[in-house]
Amino acid sequence: MDVGTLAFSALYQFGDAFAFLVLSACGLAVIFGMMGVINLAHGEFIMCGAYVTVSAAHAGLPLPLAIVLGALVAGMVGALVEIVVVRHLYDRPLDTIVATWGLSLIGTQGTLILLGSTMAGVGTPFGSFQVGAYSYSLYRLVLFVMAIVVLAGLYALFNWTRFGVMARATIQVPHMAAALGVDTRRVYSLTFALGAGLAGLAGGLYAPTMTLVPTMGTTFIMEAFVTVVVGGADVFLGTAPAAALLAVVKATMTSWYGQLFGQIGLLVAVIVVIRVLPRGISGFLLRERA
Amino acid sequence: MRKEVMLSTLGLRAGYGGKPVLQGLDLEVREGEIVAVIGRNGVGKSTLMKSLIGLVPTMDGSIVYQGSPVEGLTAFKRARLGIGYVPQGRDVFPRLTVGENIAVGGLRSGGVSEADRKRVLGYFPILEERWSQRAGTMSGGQQQQLAIGRVLVANPSLILLDEPSEGIQPNIVQDIARIMVQLNKDTGVTVVLVEQNIDMIRAMAQRCYVMDKGRIVAALGREELADGEAMRRHLAV
Repeated sequence: MDVGTLAFSALYQFGDAFAFLVLSACGLAVIFGMMGVINLAHGEFIMCGAYVTVSAAHAGLPLPLAIVLGALVAGMVGALVEIVVVRHLYDRPLDTIVATWGLSLIGTQGTLILLGSTMAGVGTPFGSFQVGAYSYSLYRLVLFVMAIVVLAGLYALFNWTRFGVMARATIQVPHMAAALGVDTRRVYSLTFALGAGLAGLAGGLYAPTMTLVPTMGTTFIMEAFVTVVVGGADVFLGTAPAAALLAVVKATMTSWYGQLFGQIGLLVAVIVVIRVLPRGISGFLLRERA
Repeated sequence: MRKEVMLSTLGLRAGYGGKPVLQGLDLEVREGEIVAVIGRNGVGKSTLMKSLIGLVPTMDGSIVYQGSPVEGLTAFKRARLGIGYVPQGRDVFPRLTVGENIAVGGLRSGGVSEADRKRVLGYFPILEERWSQRAGTMSGGQQQQLAIGRVLVANPSLILLDEPSEGIQPNIVQDIARIMVQLNKDTGVTVVLVEQNIDMIRAMAQRCYVMDKGRIVAALGREELADGEAMRRHLAV
């Protein structure tokens, strides 16, 4: 195998891992970073997005639209969860963890009871292409592009829109945002819905690549939490660089020693980063800027 | 000619649960006035300001603003009615730029127009120089000007100004007092000022309430404000 194909293979592995980490984590990161809420039902919002996407695709909706629908439905469920449960627990962070964990169990078991232990999936679109001796899935490249699009979209949303400036003001000094006329409760609802919608988008995007089972959220949740823990509270200064760093670790370990060691590598990386940077990458980057 | 009452409280009791900090407080501020509230540390001056904007819940009594009771409204609704709150410690959004801080202030009036921007920068030219700088990196005096500019941009009818001189160089304190008086002349905005700095009170206020133990205990007119001895007594007792 020549150097070019080797380099492409490494890059592809990295891009695949990066996309998975970013897409799994960004919804969790938005909710944690903006609201300080640790959403243990994150995996179930992903599952919700995946199920809605696949059901809609089975019903005849083109896959891209089905994915958008999956994200929208997960976002709406998120808004409902915020209004019914999370809103009442903002000054009780530990209780939020328990409550969202409860929602996670209800989501998983409810889906199992209502829809059974598995759902027929849709095939991965676009087929594959050949570089050197290996063939690669084209859809994985699409996922990488989508990860970049999501990051860019979030950056634009938080920096260039009315909602973005309101949301950032609200996380920095909530009482002052309220005293200047910002409806902070609405900002929190929308932010939670956004985080849930991003989780749904991740589920929708990965739905064609995996088996649909009620517990599929757990496939994402480890990576999502690891990325948010390493990244810290800021989506752009935290989640994106953390995903890049962890993608290198994961891709390297996986290609040398296999899947299991990829996961072990991630966990070791988290322990090392937390030991050195207790507030994550973004906490380190922001320490002199506050 | 007596102007309309802008803000009044009657028997206002407010605090953080348990024993209220404000214990039946009555005051009345008319349109276009600059009224100071003075008193020793811990008598509840900042709590009064927070309860007027709605950050501290009212337990009993009333707050009437422009003829309507507002004590049941949340802070963001009161702000949208035209009350601008400039807190003690300024509370600028540290990681937003100066321009973004102003933009948050302008949300309640539907965004910052070019005319709004020019008006604010006319009073506080330093903010133009710092427009793209993060607010948290500025000096106390600059942050104070930003905190005032941030409420000014939405054309408030009433400004609640809590200890604007705290931790700020004397020359900036004078500047701020001068600008507030000018602003009051130009726009007729009503100002309630909580302050310990005698020079600033004299430079700005037309009259003054003295607060003790959560109540108004005295009202001083312009002549008494000029009496340095009497003022020092009220602030230091």
